[in-house]
Amino acid sequence: MNAPLRRVGVVVLVLFGLLFANLNWVQGVKARDYRTSEYNGRVLQAEYEVERGKVIVGGEAIAQSVPATSGDLKYQRTYPKGAPYAHVVGYKSVVLGSTGIEKLENDYLSGNADSQFADRVEEMFTGDKPGGNVVLSISKAAQETAYNELRGNKSKVPKAAAVAIDPNTGAILAAASIPSYDPNTVVTQDRTAALNAQTTLNKDENKPLRNRAFSERYPPGSTFKVIMSAAMLQNGETPNSVLPAGPSYAPPQTNGFVIKNAAPSICPDPTITLIEGLTVSCNTMFARYGAEVLGPDKIKDMAKKFGFESVPNIDLDEKNTCFLVASSETGSMLTKEGKPDPPAVAQSSIGQRDVVMTPLQGALIAATVANGGKQMRPYLVQQLKAADLTTVHYTAQPKVIHEPINGQQASDLQQMMISVVNNGSGKNARIQGFQVGGKTGTAENATEAESHGWFISFAMKGNEPVIATAVFLENAGKGGSAEAARIAGQIMKAYIGEKGLA
Amino acid sequence: MTAPATPAPQPPPASNAHGPAGQSAPAGRRPRTRRNVELALLVFALMLLLGYMAAMEAGALGEISGDFWVPVAILGAIFLCAHLVIRFLAPYADPVLLPAVALINGIGVVYLRRVDLARADAAKQPDPGTFGGVGGKQLLWTLLAVALAMGVLAIVRDHRALSRYAYTLGLSGVVLVLIPVVLPASLSEINGAKLWIKVGGFSIQPGEFAKIMLLVFFAVYLVRKREVLSLASKRFMGIDFPRGRDLGPVVTVWLLSLMVLVVSKDLGTSLMYFGMFVVTLYIATERSSWLIIGLMLFFGGVFAAYFLGAAIGGPFANFYQRAEIWLDPFSGDRPYDDGYQLVQSLLGLGTGGLFGAGPGKGYPTEIPEVHSDLIFAGIGEEIGLFGLTSLLVIYLLIVERGLRAALGVRDSFGKLFAGGMAFTVALQLFVIIGGITRLIPLTGQTTPFLSAGGSSLMSNWVLIALLLRISAAARNPMSTSATVGVSGGRGTPPARLHEAPTEMIR
Repeated sequence: MNAPLRRVGVVVLVLFGLLFANLNWVQGVKARDYRTSEYNGRVLQAEYEVERGKVIVGGEAIAQSVPATSGDLKYQRTYPKGAPYAHVVGYKSVVLGSTGIEKLENDYLSGNADSQFADRVEEMFTGDKPGGNVVLSISKAAQETAYNELRGNKSKVPKAAAVAIDPNTGAILAAASIPSYDPNTVVTQDRTAALNAQTTLNKDENKPLRNRAFSERYPPGSTFKVIMSAAMLQNGETPNSVLPAGPSYAPPQTNGFVIKNAAPSICPDPTITLIEGLTVSCNTMFARYGAEVLGPDKIKDMAKKFGFESVPNIDLDEKNTCFLVASSETGSMLTKEGKPDPPAVAQSSIGQRDVVMTPLQGALIAATVANGGKQMRPYLVQQLKAADLTTVHYTAQPKVIHEPINGQQASDLQQMMISVVNNGSGKNARIQGFQVGGKTGTAENATEAESHGWFISFAMKGNEPVIATAVFLENAGKGGSAEAARIAGQIMKAYIGEKGLA
Repeated sequence: MTAPATPAPQPPPASNAHGPAGQSAPAGRRPRTRRNVELALLVFALMLLLGYMAAMEAGALGEISGDFWVPVAILGAIFLCAHLVIRFLAPYADPVLLPAVALINGIGVVYLRRVDLARADAAKQPDPGTFGGVGGKQLLWTLLAVALAMGVLAIVRDHRALSRYAYTLGLSGVVLVLIPVVLPASLSEINGAKLWIKVGGFSIQPGEFAKIMLLVFFAVYLVRKREVLSLASKRFMGIDFPRGRDLGPVVTVWLLSLMVLVVSKDLGTSLMYFGMFVVTLYIATERSSWLIIGLMLFFGGVFAAYFLGAAIGGPFANFYQRAEIWLDPFSGDRPYDDGYQLVQSLLGLGTGGLFGAGPGKGYPTEIPEVHSDLIFAGIGEEIGLFGLTSLLVIYLLIVERGLRAALGVRDSFGKLFAGGMAFTVALQLFVIIGGITRLIPLTGQTTPFLSAGGSSLMSNWVLIALLLRISAAARNPMSTSATVGVSGGRGTPPARLHEAPTEMIR
């Protein structure tokens, strides 16, 4: 029996050889794949081994990591302020990935950014330190007022957005979108609970996950007349130029299509001055001037200079994967043959037809006017600070990205927009001691649906711009733009109060 | 043909001043028991364990606690007692087996302690301490298992005595295998496999013990029938095939294995029983045709079960599912669902890579069942390919030492029994390690001496005790059942041929 026993010994060697060869495959060849596999919780474990940095607004953390009380991971991400900041800060979920600032500044928050190399070397001697902190440009007062005012809007619409910008720097002071959601529900480390939370949010017909401030675009309606006015000033007009108006306007090459004013009381006379036309929001004047004098190219050109048809990159989100900012568009104003289509141009001139705009773009227009024609790069990250809050690794540098109009034109536009607030449809936005300029918009969208309410505005003290805003109320119907103006006024007042400028 | 079933006299080593003791001991000198070699190896193994424990605590806790040495000291006391018992009861036993098994057993205890630390940390609970958790329990099981093994060594003074109880043991084995099968699932099923008897807070895996009992029966049965079974009827492709009517026993065991596969939903155990039988059959008859028939029957059965599972499901569904997971564990939602265990096992091993994360630096809580079935993956994450390879070599050493005992012992029963036991250890390792590394479908088997659990540890220590007993018989110059020399005496005549039992020497 010894011969077969020896052969069994050989069989055993072969079996062990197979195990050894296979282990080489698993631990050698496939090791890298397995180590970085999306199913490998160790990647996460290691990431959650150190305390992730805070996201800070006005000295308070709106996102922070606390020691986890359950589950495998050491830390749990929490959002103490919850819904008002949800769309800005985004979330960092174990199950659902990350969005917003959490995604944009992931490396810095987790302590892995290139700028933190020295800190990591130090850590080798002193032990783990938390990741870096991100200080946002957001104003606590402006953001929370925006969110609360939108939630309590008197038009009683569930969907709305507001953006506020510092015209001098481009710093985003507020970016609110309703309905919002509590990011704490999606960052739970319980996979099933997180997936359920996501499903619930996706099923909600008002789509709370959508950031209406940055990522959704709507017909701007009469707010587009600010860009039209800029193009008209560029074309040689002055605020006091007398232009044709009237109760209705039928563009050339139309069959029974007529543009009217929002009410018969608006500019019924055959002529009106440019400043008065903007103040009363005279449709016939802008439609006629667009269709017959400017033409599609000049309108498009001015819109582009204000930032239409491109994506304003917030911070370093160059691939636009963190905030998913939508580009505002003017659409085609041409016929099928490629020639200017006067009815299309006329409609586009009053911000209808294929013209769409994000609330962010609306705020940028107002900010550009207030800042003497210089549009600043919008940003959210004010500073990157090490965990000890003393070492500063980055401070936002304001940068001019567009200069659509010169100082004189900007000054003229400021006067025209201030006239809107003082004498026209934007009275709700007035602030004692400040020059507030703005433009309302009532945008028709679908035949059955109520019109959207818009208000874009700025506040200035002396000749210095303080804040610019855009407020949007989806399907607000009658009185929507007036309510938007009221909310804009509240946001600007809150910011002015916070800064102690009043 | 069979060896006389009487215990051989065991002369005390001191009086053993005469007679040749194999090629290593010159005539006229006291034969070498190699017990001091065993002691030295054991001390070396304990030093390794002490180092492993210290490294583990440093990795997991960031510091080495003041009493880190306690579990290793307890293990040391247990194994040194075993060493002393062997000195008295089986002085000629193989000197490598005990240290090798002790090392693996110790690695298991240290790693289970590591799992306790990781789980306590994850659950934000305090450290369960040296005597708490699965690590503490394993320490207790080690004590009981080694005590049981030494008891077996004391009672079984001659392995041939076992052959007298072959039928009783065989029947008990079958009953033990069948108890979980007939018990309701609430009393017998853990993680989908009906292999347990759950009494109160305890669960016993009777199959672990049945393994050895069935092996005794197989060995005795095959020694008796080997003449018949080695008769050849047809020659096909240069291989002699047995007569059709002699296929009975193989087919019976094959059907029993398939029944275990289907009813207990356990491929591993089924493969174990069948593999054990076929290999002992081959050793007994020296007919490789039996191996071929066995392999064909096994793979035929597995394929049939797979296609039946795909077509009709029912009792075959479990096996079909396991095979599907094996074929593609990463498909669809499987990594979160039924493929979770295999996927996490592979990810754990892969993360370890060549050198491992380091003792105490892995993430045992990421791997399900890391204390039992998947312990090899958990250890692999921390010690890497190089560490696992060393571990495999130690296992290989145990198996080859077992086979060496089989070669050395003179009686057919001893040869078959020792060969079968050694191969069983190898096969069980192949089934579980092959399973967790996706070489074969993953199936619930404990990793011998590593996995937490009393049944597995006790039965494997009993197996080692029996191998020690047989190796002692093989190496004892005075034993009537011993051949000359350790490495088998194929060419050399036995020391006292007239005293030796009749043996067919080929």
